[in-house]
Amino acid sequence: MHRYLAGEDDRRRMLAAVGCSSVEELFKSVPAEVRCGELALPPARSEEEVRREFWALAGRNIAPECTASFLGAGVYRHVTPAVADALLQRGEFFTAYTPYQPEVSQGTLQAIFEFQTFICQLTGMEVANASLYDGATAVVEAVLMAHRLVPNRPKVVVAGSLHPDYRAVLDTYCAPQSLTIITVPADPMGRVDAATFAKAVGNDVCAAVVQSPNFFGVVEDLPALAAVAKSAGALAIHAVAEATSLGILAPGGVFGYDVVCGEAQAFGIPAAFGGPHLGFFATRQAHMRQLPGRLVGETVDSEGKRGYVLTLSTREQHIRRAKATSNICTNHGLMALAATIVLSLLGKKGVRDVALASHATAEYLKSGVGGLGPGVRLAFPGGPTYNEFLVLHDDPDGLLARMKEELILGGVSTTRFGAGLTRGFLVAATEHNTRQDCDRLLDALRRLA
Amino acid sequence: MSDKTSLRQREGLIFERSSPGRVGYQLPPLEVPPVDPAKTIPAELLRGEIQELPEVSEVDVVRHFTRLSKWNYSVDEGLYPLGSCTMKYNPRINEEVVRLAGLAQLHPLQPEDQVQGALALMWELEQALIAITGMARVTLQPAAGAHGELAGMLMIRKSLADRGEHRRVVLIPDSAHGTNPASAVFAGFDVVEVASTPEGTLDLAAIARRLEGGDVAALMVTVPNTLGVFEPEIVKAAKMLHERGAFLYMDGANLNAFVGIALPGKMGADALHINLHKTFSTPHGGGGPGAGPVAVSEALVPYLPVPMVEKTGNLFTLSSDRPKSIGKVRGFYGNFGMLARALAYIRSLGRDGLRLMAEGAVLNANYIRKGLEGEYHLQYTGPSLHEVVFDDSLQAAAGVKNVDIAKRLLDYGFHPPTMSFPLIVHGALMIEPTESDGIDELDAFIAAMKAIAREARENPDLVKGAPYGTPVRRLDEVRAARQPVLRWQARKA
Repeated sequence: MHRYLAGEDDRRRMLAAVGCSSVEELFKSVPAEVRCGELALPPARSEEEVRREFWALAGRNIAPECTASFLGAGVYRHVTPAVADALLQRGEFFTAYTPYQPEVSQGTLQAIFEFQTFICQLTGMEVANASLYDGATAVVEAVLMAHRLVPNRPKVVVAGSLHPDYRAVLDTYCAPQSLTIITVPADPMGRVDAATFAKAVGNDVCAAVVQSPNFFGVVEDLPALAAVAKSAGALAIHAVAEATSLGILAPGGVFGYDVVCGEAQAFGIPAAFGGPHLGFFATRQAHMRQLPGRLVGETVDSEGKRGYVLTLSTREQHIRRAKATSNICTNHGLMALAATIVLSLLGKKGVRDVALASHATAEYLKSGVGGLGPGVRLAFPGGPTYNEFLVLHDDPDGLLARMKEELILGGVSTTRFGAGLTRGFLVAATEHNTRQDCDRLLDALRRLA
Repeated sequence: MSDKTSLRQREGLIFERSSPGRVGYQLPPLEVPPVDPAKTIPAELLRGEIQELPEVSEVDVVRHFTRLSKWNYSVDEGLYPLGSCTMKYNPRINEEVVRLAGLAQLHPLQPEDQVQGALALMWELEQALIAITGMARVTLQPAAGAHGELAGMLMIRKSLADRGEHRRVVLIPDSAHGTNPASAVFAGFDVVEVASTPEGTLDLAAIARRLEGGDVAALMVTVPNTLGVFEPEIVKAAKMLHERGAFLYMDGANLNAFVGIALPGKMGADALHINLHKTFSTPHGGGGPGAGPVAVSEALVPYLPVPMVEKTGNLFTLSSDRPKSIGKVRGFYGNFGMLARALAYIRSLGRDGLRLMAEGAVLNANYIRKGLEGEYHLQYTGPSLHEVVFDDSLQAAAGVKNVDIAKRLLDYGFHPPTMSFPLIVHGALMIEPTESDGIDELDAFIAAMKAIAREARENPDLVKGAPYGTPVRRLDEVRAARQPVLRWQARKA
């Protein structure tokens, strides 16, 4: 038998109890024509063999820790407190199911309630859900919510500075909804010009989506763009791909946005080659009943004691089925717990300090790049940025490859996102990057560009 | 609050622990010159310190979340027989290997020559899932089962559009998971519900009638179905659909029942999502993350989401060269961390272990069925595979409902079964023990269920008042919905 399963004697006694002479009898209802022989897989492996195989797989990769890494473009390496993973690995959290039985799930429920509160505080919004898959699908859910709230408007206006992956996923989801997406390109400052935006956002538009800081790292003029959306009667959606930016940047909630949503991986969740990360979604109280995904609410038990339950479930697929506000069921709850723990640890001071340090480190790099000459230069020298910026170069892939030989991951080439973007690369900095790393990057750019 | 309640019982919200000046983390000293953001970013786009954020120490945080954790029931503590959820043991070796720096820290946009091991891992998992399903190829991109359903239905939609057909209708049995109709709608289809037969299985005659209209794109069906019964005519159903140019979408939520026994590819499935967090043991995490890879037949291969991992010699690449692809359904390539755990699990069990796993799941469900027959009513009596659906009709006479039975089970130290699903069973108690437990744990569960059946006869009020021994008593869900309080707020002075 196998270490994850019961033993031979269990099996013998249970078979006797159900009146079968063999397990095969239990599968009599499965017809011969669909049966299979032995699976084409290796035999069972011991724990030590599994460990060896994964050590070998991991050994064929190069962890960014072994390099000076400035990769961002939607995934950021910030400090990760040891406490977060230690708490996450408590079996009481990670081996529990969705808290459908609240009396034995108060730990998960209260943590989600705290997560919802943190997201409201960061975004300046009134209501946040219990998480979504990632930033891309969070933006999709926001647009689909707008489509429900402002029906009979077949268009969506999207800033051209939205993360290309978010845009690609939005295209996929909008195709069957007969929603047309209009792109407003960024201006020479790397941001969306409000007047150009206003021309696109007409009264046939249900949602106006702007990411800030945007894909090029530039901080958008959020209040001006919100005003445009509002005056056209469209929902204003503020997408965030780097959630630590909310430690110093005013969020959409301050400027009247209807939704602030995106990716919160930056709060202590490992890059993990792209997932699992953490989609978040915050909106106005008025839109509460159109919110996608799970929500936790406060209530009392039969003795008047405070407790938490999943609530407003009539929005969801298991009750509303074809009329649900989203098809999401399983979300990214454990990632929400991770972010809740990290946000608790960082607290009032730390959330701001992480943002200040990331910003200062990026500014140090920007001023260094600014002096390198015309071959490698800032794409938007006048555009305000948080912790990421676009550097122009004729052959970004060649340059990054040369730096890679020196174990410097100098940035993300825009060529990875298709032909439509300016040739260059995005450089991201966080408090994780030392000054030595920064100087290595600048030195390499000076020599190799 | 009573003084007698323990510290653990009194733990408040993290915000209520806040005390000015406490910090829970120290950053390394800033080595670059500090920059006042107001010097680089327009002042109206900035904010100050967020006043409502808590100020707590590292110790406060550890105590807080450790106390919260103790209010949870979990698979690590005991049997978690939630039907349809496959709450099996989550091996710790999977948690260990996924945290190797060469996997956990990988940035998705690193150069491909630095991530060959990660791409190999994804390739190996795809090959394993192909072997397990008998399908042509598998996308690992979807983040969960429902996300996989959507991806599968979008592929079907695109394939039909390529044929110049605009079929609107998706048939879904009335026993289906709620995600099926929701996903079909988000993929742009209209849902037509099909009543099950008196045996709770697919009504082929009804499906045949509906297919005559020529507007049916697909049938979405769970195998074995949500009663835990194998669909006896699934092959015939697939043939009928294919003859009419329609597709068979298979919900793989119950794959745990037949891994190593049967192949969805042989059943005629065109698309099948696989909940790695069910069959392949990746932890549910209190609600997620999961992973919902979708296996497809040859007909749908051109429509798979981009990118796919391709292998040339010993070199792995991420290829987006798929002109007919539906595009991307999420950022990057999938919940890689969950993919790694699932591969570790498949390696641990191997070809024989996976079959033993399915056999164990089915044997355990049948053992519970045998143990509780007569005590609880069984509406559908077809042969059970991995789960069995009882109902509360024998207890209803005394006014005891399924929810009361569930709450009373908490007092006996067990997580209850799934309640009130599938919808075709009134007062359902859907029990899926999985293969993880031995006869002693199952006997203890059966004994608890029998004791509750007795209590329901002899002292129904006892059952209706449960639970008594949990961190909180029965919670007022109506109040939560009528007067929604969805976040903590500082009391105004």
